Amino acid sequence: LLFSLFREKKRRRVVELTEKMLVDGDTGSTSDWDDRWNHIKKFLERSGPFMHPDFEPSTESLQFMLETCKILVIGAGGLGCELLKNLALSGFRNIHVVDMDTIDVSNLNRQFLFRAKDVGRPKADVAADFINSQFHIIVCGLDSIVARRWMNGMLLSLLVYEDGVLDPSSIIPLIDGGTEGFKGNARVIFPGMTACIDCTLELYPPQINFPMCTIASMPRLPEHCIEYVRILLWPKEMPFGDDVSLDGDDPEHIQWVYQKSLERAAEFSITGVTYRLTQGVVKRIIPAVASTNAAIAAACATEVFKIASSAYLPLNNYMVFNDVDGLYTYTFEAERKENCSACSQVPSDLHFSPSSKLQEVLDYLTESTSIQMKSPAITTTMDGKNKTLYLQVINLPFKLGLADGQELAVADVTTPQTVLFKLCFTS
Amino acid sequence: IMASTKASKEQKYDRQLRLWGDHGQETLENAHVCLINATATGTEILKNLVLPGIGAFTIVDGHTVTGEDVGNNFFLSKDSIGKGPDKLLDNDSEFFHRFTIVIGVQLPESTCLRLGSVLCSASVPFLVCKTYGLIGYMRLVVQEHTVIESHPDNALEDLRLDQPYAEFQNHIKSYDLDSMEKKDHSHTPWIIIVAKYLEKWLSEHNGQPPKNYKEKEAFRQLIREGIRKNENGVPEDEENFEEAIKNVNTALNPTKIPSAVEDIFNSEQCKNITAQSPSFWVMLRAVKEFVHNEGNGSLPVRGTIPDMIADSQKFINLQNVYREKAMQDAAAVSKHVESLLQSVGKVWPESIPEKDIKLFCKNASFLRVVRCRSLAEEYSVDTVNKDEITSCMDSPDSEMVFYLMLRAVDRFYQQHSRYPGVYNYQVEEDISKLKVCVNSLLQEYSLNVNIKDDYIHEFCRYGAAEPHTVSAFLGGSAAQEAIKIISHQFVPFNNTFLYNAMSQTSATLRL
Repeated sequence: LLFSLFREKKRRRVVELTEKMLVDGDTGSTSDWDDRWNHIKKFLERSGPFMHPDFEPSTESLQFMLETCKILVIGAGGLGCELLKNLALSGFRNIHVVDMDTIDVSNLNRQFLFRAKDVGRPKADVAADFINSQFHIIVCGLDSIVARRWMNGMLLSLLVYEDGVLDPSSIIPLIDGGTEGFKGNARVIFPGMTACIDCTLELYPPQINFPMCTIASMPRLPEHCIEYVRILLWPKEMPFGDDVSLDGDDPEHIQWVYQKSLERAAEFSITGVTYRLTQGVVKRIIPAVASTNAAIAAACATEVFKIASSAYLPLNNYMVFNDVDGLYTYTFEAERKENCSACSQVPSDLHFSPSSKLQEVLDYLTESTSIQMKSPAITTTMDGKNKTLYLQVINLPFKLGLADGQELAVADVTTPQTVLFKLCFTS
Repeated sequence: IMASTKASKEQKYDRQLRLWGDHGQETLENAHVCLINATATGTEILKNLVLPGIGAFTIVDGHTVTGEDVGNNFFLSKDSIGKGPDKLLDNDSEFFHRFTIVIGVQLPESTCLRLGSVLCSASVPFLVCKTYGLIGYMRLVVQEHTVIESHPDNALEDLRLDQPYAEFQNHIKSYDLDSMEKKDHSHTPWIIIVAKYLEKWLSEHNGQPPKNYKEKEAFRQLIREGIRKNENGVPEDEENFEEAIKNVNTALNPTKIPSAVEDIFNSEQCKNITAQSPSFWVMLRAVKEFVHNEGNGSLPVRGTIPDMIADSQKFINLQNVYREKAMQDAAAVSKHVESLLQSVGKVWPESIPEKDIKLFCKNASFLRVVRCRSLAEEYSVDTVNKDEITSCMDSPDSEMVFYLMLRAVDRFYQQHSRYPGVYNYQVEEDISKLKVCVNSLLQEYSLNVNIKDDYIHEFCRYGAAEPHTVSAFLGGSAAQEAIKIISHQFVPFNNTFLYNAMSQTSATLRL
């Protein structure tokens, strides 16, 4: 019963809500003017020494791209805006977009498709049903690793294997871009064939949170004072009402946290608490600027073009960009992980002694840099029946009777499919 | 109304203010950028400058919009439809003097050379950008660009454990690790712990600090032995001691003036301070004076320490020891600034505010001066950087070949008044014509390198196309370099950047 409730919650999150981009605006006319695609035609209709070995120049490629090729862009934020523009100006007309964020004023410095009047539009949920082999290529411009992993898992779940052999027509390439300040990366993933998001999870180290004893009794930095107010003082004082939780987007809330943080800091003679720092800590703000988003979105769109047209070999498979000191890029082939929890299809081993507690397993699943789950729910099969071992809302004790080699099925927000682990007892 | 605009600007620019601060933002809002040629690349660069709040821009473009332009340019629509730079230079050579930076896009070599020379004499930085097929190219031309806030990614801490200043020594003396209560012992900052054990080590090793791996290991062991033990002789859980052990390498880094800063100390501008000297050089000279006097061979103390396991009071007290020393050193530097300014007939603090001096001292280890060679020097047979070109061409995957191809293509344009392969029927026949240009280029500069025919074919195939995604990549890259120049924060590239969209690789060359 509990497990099916969990599944139902997931299904409700899956809502079909994509928008098709009006590439040529509201005119309704898709008639091209002379020379419109001249820049692109040179790569589609001419042969060259560096083109993809399977490429045959023709006029059909352009037609395919203009009329048939269906691209899904996920994320309509800093990267998303740039991606939509880049794709539209590269000959793609069948572009769908999924909006992930609320439009906020602070987004206007780099998301130029929005204007001040758009602020406050409601969120849209992540959609999954629509993907179903409808799209030729998917491009992600997300600011959340969890969402990325979800998409990654989604595409892996669509793969079809016949007699253990992957059917290439079930592969939907995923182009993923990410930025943070002056750093960014672009990568090409062919699910089932190349390294997936989870294969390289160590490249996204988990956020470091300050130890509780520092926050509670030994603050040293202004950040510690702010975290004290957010984590300990707010729940105690509930300043805006008993069931009003801290909303980082509410200036009144931030103002309260800021004042209280100043008081806390004064107690310990700590300087440096500012409104800006307060907001940054509460909202976990990552600095962002138009230029990095432009460069990364451009690299991603170039890959979409290459893959859709087969004109060139795609990026193989990961590019890193950093323009703090000069401009630096590094391109390498990320390798598939043999026991990747997402794409290896083989249950990963979990090594624990028979006397270990379930909490240790949960800690491992959340803290391991190669798994990084958020709130795993564990079930297993015992006596032919599905048995829940742990669910976020209900804390069941570790049940005795788990055998060496027992398979555990773990569900988590980071993956649309359950992940299989094999329990291996250490002596 | 003023307050609300300021507040809304703070909100709008919040994400980037966290990168370059309010003072950096101010430089952007006071800047006037000139863009030459509103092509796809040009407008992408401009967009990425307008979004972060550039104060003003002027576009110089003599071309008429074509259907092709509307196809790759976000800012042009079917109804779009202008004096080019050469005409401007003919009629008004001072036109470009008013700009903070000039960005020239898709310009032929001859125009670049003209502009380069004019802008050099006006001390206006010049950024040349070109998208050619799947290749992106940028060239920065600026005689001297100073950077105080370079914001290095991995900065070494300035802890002075190898040469503790008097106040630091006194502070260390105030600790007696052996007689401390357990709670205090395990919440003593690792800096103090290392300092104490270093004292011990020095007294036992003739005043010589640990130098090699073996000695550092022995030093770590010495610290480890300092961990308190319980009644059963089992070491307690003292995380601060573990931190000390982990940080031994950092702690033993000798306090040294970085060679980049030494080089800057030795420049002419530092040696000859005049009434025209920009404040950067005056402050630098003052720091140099400080180094030779109050500093005893070291830069002013930075004043920051990393967070570490400690109780609040011990940490804050230690932090204050560093902060106060930094303030003292900055004050001493200010005195040198004052006397330097007086010696050239200027007044202090009006000419150089104290907060500027404080910022300068805090960043003393990270100062950078970027000097890019002129285009004339790059193009002249006498001063061409042959070594850079030939050594890069030794590696088969080097992006240098694209630089040479772009030069060859410019040569083609000079000879034929068009670019190779623009029309389909031209591609075949232009290959041999372009090859002639390549060979004459290599010959003129006596470059003993080989350029494969594949590249010549590819550049004819490109037909001078300016695909949007390559333009967009360059748009982001160039805009950020322009922001670096305008804000004097972060370090610009020096001096040629090449981007290859086929392989998603890039290189920075110094030509």
